[in-house]
Amino acid sequence: MTEQGGQGSGSVTGAQSLVTSLEAAGVTDIFGIPGGAILPAYDPLMDSTRIRHILVRHEQGAGHAAQGYASATGRVGVCMATSGPGATNLVTPLADAHMDSVPMVAVTGQVGAAMIGTDAFQEADIRGITMPITKHNFLVTNPADIPRTIAEAFHIASTGRPGPVLVDVAKSALQAQTTFAWPTELQLPGYRPVTTPHAKQIKEAVRLIREARRPVLYVGGGVIRARASRELAQLAALTGIPVVTTLMARGAFPDSNPQHLGMPGMHGTVAAVAGLQKSDLIISLGARFDDRVTGNLDSFAPNALVIHADIDPAEIGKNRHADVPIVGDCREVIAQLVALLQAEGADGDYESWVAFLAGLKKSYPLGYDAPADGSLSPQYVIERLGAIAGPETIFTSGVGQHQMWAAHFIDYERPNTWLNSGGLGTMGFSVPAAMGAKVGMPDSTVWAIDGDGCFQMTNQELATCAINDIPIKVAIINNESLGMVRQWQTLFYNERYSNTDLHSKRIPDFVKLADAYGCVGLACESPEEVDATIEKAMAIDDQPVVVDFRVHRDAMVWPMVAAGSSNDEIQYARDLAPQFDEDDL
Amino acid sequence: MNKHTLSVLVENKPGVLARIAGLFSRRGFNIDSLAVGPTEHPEISRMTIVVNVEESPLEQVTKQLNKLVEVIKIVELDGSASVNRELLLVKVRADATTRGAVLDAVQLFRAKVVDVAPDAVTVQAVGNADKLADLLRVLEPFGIRELVQSGMVAIGRGSRSISERPQRTVTVPAPVSAITIAG
Repeated sequence: MTEQGGQGSGSVTGAQSLVTSLEAAGVTDIFGIPGGAILPAYDPLMDSTRIRHILVRHEQGAGHAAQGYASATGRVGVCMATSGPGATNLVTPLADAHMDSVPMVAVTGQVGAAMIGTDAFQEADIRGITMPITKHNFLVTNPADIPRTIAEAFHIASTGRPGPVLVDVAKSALQAQTTFAWPTELQLPGYRPVTTPHAKQIKEAVRLIREARRPVLYVGGGVIRARASRELAQLAALTGIPVVTTLMARGAFPDSNPQHLGMPGMHGTVAAVAGLQKSDLIISLGARFDDRVTGNLDSFAPNALVIHADIDPAEIGKNRHADVPIVGDCREVIAQLVALLQAEGADGDYESWVAFLAGLKKSYPLGYDAPADGSLSPQYVIERLGAIAGPETIFTSGVGQHQMWAAHFIDYERPNTWLNSGGLGTMGFSVPAAMGAKVGMPDSTVWAIDGDGCFQMTNQELATCAINDIPIKVAIINNESLGMVRQWQTLFYNERYSNTDLHSKRIPDFVKLADAYGCVGLACESPEEVDATIEKAMAIDDQPVVVDFRVHRDAMVWPMVAAGSSNDEIQYARDLAPQFDEDDL
Repeated sequence: MNKHTLSVLVENKPGVLARIAGLFSRRGFNIDSLAVGPTEHPEISRMTIVVNVEESPLEQVTKQLNKLVEVIKIVELDGSASVNRELLLVKVRADATTRGAVLDAVQLFRAKVVDVAPDAVTVQAVGNADKLADLLRVLEPFGIRELVQSGMVAIGRGSRSISERPQRTVTVPAPVSAITIAG
């Protein structure tokens, strides 16, 4: 506790109260940058023995680091910034965390209470700005409110459907004298997340599961946030129902399990897309029927009834009608489904369905063609990374082609080992998220799989990693382009490559850049060097490593369902539609 | 037209109105009218929101509203089982020749004249939307110089109250303090 400087018995500054509150909330790591309005808080923070503050190079890095920390550990990630531009630089990570339900608390300084609304220096209405992209937010002007507000912020961020909470604290409140009193109970009359599902709905769901002939478990990120992987494994083993895991749920169910059909959606496997599309019962667990999963909604899974379980009632029926809505925490929901199925008998007959999907999985496995000219294929690099680094490794990624390949070509066996920006699609997520994950899980190997475009958005955090002994590893999948955009230009814009050529094999020199940042820089250009390069990177544990994998630029992500098309129109590869022998069903 | 009247109990805190207005605009829901005021509990405000949506988006509206931490309770008030009122103030042209006719109309609708000028009167009327529309139709020919109308407020019929147990707050144990706090 940091009490020095307090005047009289129990009297502390608001800043001290803030730091003590964060300690009381269990915070051990904060990513942030000081500045004028938050400056009072940084003084007592210096003396905190419980909180490690990591000085980042850009507030966006602090935000994504808090996300990576939270996603890897399941604990609330914390970032801190000053008012105005410091706070607005947190907008992207907050929006990202909001979309992907990441528990996170952002503390920002605000100009003094008397100055609010006067267009003061570095003033921005960050509470107003972040209202639509946070789960909740607060503006604190009375120092006595600091402990209660911090307690509420952590409670709201971490319970129900997790999400980001912003606490904006006026500088005057940080400077004023107050007393510190940690609340023993919280008054949140409008906040009552329902975690226990309704027994009637569970019963109805079990009835449908037993009657279905073509059921599928559609597993979303909610299963990971609810720590429900064990329960999911029980449900899958008990029923034999095929499983698909969305981009946010990779790792919720082991890829090694033969029941797993892979990832559905725009770039989903043929078996996973068909598993949803041809199903007669979709059991949605913590998923939200995102447009990237459903494709054209009107033609999505036309013959399927839907059991939709989610802790957020507003997700149920938002995009697709739910025949059996279940509001509850995924862990409790799945555990109750398992219990009732055990009692009533998990005797559904899915044999021909399982065989049909197994056939598709065999006929249309994930694959890629090696470039004819012997150059490096990005999929091969990622595949080898997954194989050599192993399932205990935490992978983060940016957004685009490399993200899809990392989702496909790495086998995930455990939850919280695949961290990416799913909903918002934030380029630049991977390096700072890896930094946060490594701080939260220092004994795990953390690989950031990044594109050359993404990497150039947030690589300044390499300095933070090098200086603060956060030895992450970065694999730049360098195809010298904004690869996914280029792929769309190839397919839909007559190969007119407008503004997607980044020339990143020429500028910058990533090896020199890594070196300049105090990291080890490696380059790899041919398939023969891949394993040795990865092993070399794996062997370095006292410094961040950046590997420039200089890959073929024309590789594309397949399978693909073109935006707005029906999932029936999935292409296994360019101009190659899979054959569905539905007569087998 | 699919008008629905929602009574929304919210915590009386700064920024709640902005939160709700922002939600409606970003989700693309249309508000016909919105009225806010205090309730019998000082810590709770009540909003009456008239929305113009189909059934299924209405469910989304209420679910999204319910997600707001400061929203305590939402009740849809059915037109026949509730009393709905709006307040209208209208400035009507009325000189010596027409004033008598204007006053007749005012009386007919049990409205009230609240201000008089040589060439105009200001009329106050309270009623549901239909009644106020009828009054305006009658006053229109005389010439309407200015009008202002409140949002609708509504309350259910009978003795039940939607805010009966508004103080029933679910108290949550605070995060366990990892440290011993002196004082």
